[in-house]
Amino acid sequence: MSIRIHEVTKTYRMGNIEVHALRGVSLDIRDGELMAIMGPSGSGKSTLMNILGCLDAPTSGSYLLDDEEVARLKDDQLAAVRSRKIGFVFQQFNLLPRTPALEQVELPMVYAGIGDRRKRALAALEAVGLSDRANHKPTEMSGGQQQRVAIARALVNEPSIILADEPTGALDTHTSAEIMAIFQRLNRERGLTVVFVTHEADIAHHTRRIIHLLDGLITSDEPVTDKQFHDAEVRAQRSAASDGLDLTPDSYALTAGVA
Amino acid sequence: MSSAIRVAFRALGANKLRTTLTMLGIIIGVAAVIALMSIGRGAQAQVTAQIQSLGTNLLFIRPGATNQGGVRSAAGQAATLTLEDAAAIATLPNVVATAPEVGTVVQILSQGQNSSTRATGVTDIYSAVRNTNVAQGEWITRQQVDARSLVVVLGDSVAKELFPDSDPVGQTVRMSVGNRTGTNFRIIGVAEAKGGTGFGNQDDQVYLPITTVMARLFAQRTARGAPNVSTVNVQVVSESVMDDTVGQIGDLLRTRHKVTQDDFTIQSQQDFLNTFNQIAGTFTLLLGAIAGISLVVGGIGIMNIMLVSVTERTREIGIRKAVGARRRDILTQFLVEAVVVSVLGGAIGISLGSGLAALISTIQVPGAGGGTSNLQTQVGLDSVLLAFCVSAAVGLFFGIYPATRASRLNPIEALRYE
Repeated sequence: MSIRIHEVTKTYRMGNIEVHALRGVSLDIRDGELMAIMGPSGSGKSTLMNILGCLDAPTSGSYLLDDEEVARLKDDQLAAVRSRKIGFVFQQFNLLPRTPALEQVELPMVYAGIGDRRKRALAALEAVGLSDRANHKPTEMSGGQQQRVAIARALVNEPSIILADEPTGALDTHTSAEIMAIFQRLNRERGLTVVFVTHEADIAHHTRRIIHLLDGLITSDEPVTDKQFHDAEVRAQRSAASDGLDLTPDSYALTAGVA
Repeated sequence: MSSAIRVAFRALGANKLRTTLTMLGIIIGVAAVIALMSIGRGAQAQVTAQIQSLGTNLLFIRPGATNQGGVRSAAGQAATLTLEDAAAIATLPNVVATAPEVGTVVQILSQGQNSSTRATGVTDIYSAVRNTNVAQGEWITRQQVDARSLVVVLGDSVAKELFPDSDPVGQTVRMSVGNRTGTNFRIIGVAEAKGGTGFGNQDDQVYLPITTVMARLFAQRTARGAPNVSTVNVQVVSESVMDDTVGQIGDLLRTRHKVTQDDFTIQSQQDFLNTFNQIAGTFTLLLGAIAGISLVVGGIGIMNIMLVSVTERTREIGIRKAVGARRRDILTQFLVEAVVVSVLGGAIGISLGSGLAALISTIQVPGAGGGTSNLQTQVGLDSVLLAFCVSAAVGLFFGIYPATRASRLNPIEALRYE
């Protein structure tokens, strides 16, 4: 079991008003799951993602990440957990300005103190089909390419879980399909655990499980039916094909460098 | 660390104008410290060399302060030393020779030129004791001292001023003190140039037989009626017996003057050197401190820009934290950046300051004799190291607050920052 959270609550104070962002959420995520957390704004999904990503500590409840209790850790301990076990992909890509792709991908390894960074970073870039863009800076790349750099950065430390917060929110439909295909392939071929936070049902249908949040509580937790999943796949491939892209699983040759 | 420095250079390179302006504060500060301290050091080195060139085995005896009716005058004002005292000191075992001298200010008239200079009454042995040789002609002889001859040896500056085109030896000059009518003196020699700057030009004086000065120009007398001597130069066998000799001379003079309280002072070259070095050191430090203020101002500039930079790069800090940077990683990054700016500025400032020092050393300053000489500067390794370390420390100190602020940012809020 990769993630097990139990009765997690999060309360913010805004002036004199207490905001109950999460009111007791329990959730298990298995290794290799591909899932989505959905909900309208204000439902608590961002808070849940921050807690899952160890950016924030819950007010109460328990969070076991790879059987390690992380709910009560301090700032720097959380940073250490993030560096080893969490990969983030954001809506706005969040790459460092003026920094070549290779260095972007090396960054998590710098903070985790991992050696042999160049080779591993190149392998990660290759896994997202960007080995020919290693020396390009963000301003020299398209949105889709930037997001792929962000994915390479998220997976390079071999995290237990990748959290993707609206990863296609800033991309057009075709590029979105391309990015989703990369996530699916990484999940299928490497058993990577990926959790999407999104409000787009179409994106959510590219996963195998959807959780709905409302007012800080989980209202539903259901698997995606094969038909829904297949339909989403077909739509994506059709959209990509019209763009001259081939998104079949073999379209990117994977190397054994990052496994 | 090397990657931290590379990241710092990239961040600084992103806004070159701002980085340059920030650095300018440190550059100006360091250059000012280097240039100003080089002037102080240069003056110190020059005077030290000058004093040492006179020999370090010399003692100078001067009359002490008078104490009459409770009124104490300045040291050197009393008339207590005589030629006989000098002769008696010369008999002491550690003493090689004594050269008494007496000085006064005279007006010199020659070929329509009228100038004021210092007349030093000396004996034949003065030349050897004070290492004063003639470049042309002869030094004053024993016979001329005994005979109170009307002869003069000109200092280098005086000779150049009075006889710019002709050979002064053999010619005549007229000298007078105050309103007295002058006396004609025959020039028998010109002393070698000794150098010297505004701190006291040793070439701006004339040498006469001491007896002639006492008889004709300057007639201060001791309480017992003997002509007064203003200084007795004592050459001691070696530096090692200096302290013993000071004691012996003191005993001898107290016995001769029949006093218990000293009516004279004995100083060595080393005393002068120590006193001077103390003054020059304080002077140098003062110059450095004034320049140091601009370094502090430069440091505040760094802090200001770093604070702006932290705000601007809030999102970058958020990203770094999200991928696993701890507080200390962010702190290091911003500190390295501040130190890189200040150290780079320091290095440029050192070269600029050294260049300024070289430029200053070409400036002509008027010497005491009306001539000019170059202002000497010296860029010491110590002041370079000091300036460098201080600028690095300034960067570190003024970088701490902005870096701490950066490291404490909440990653969630930082990621949301637009």
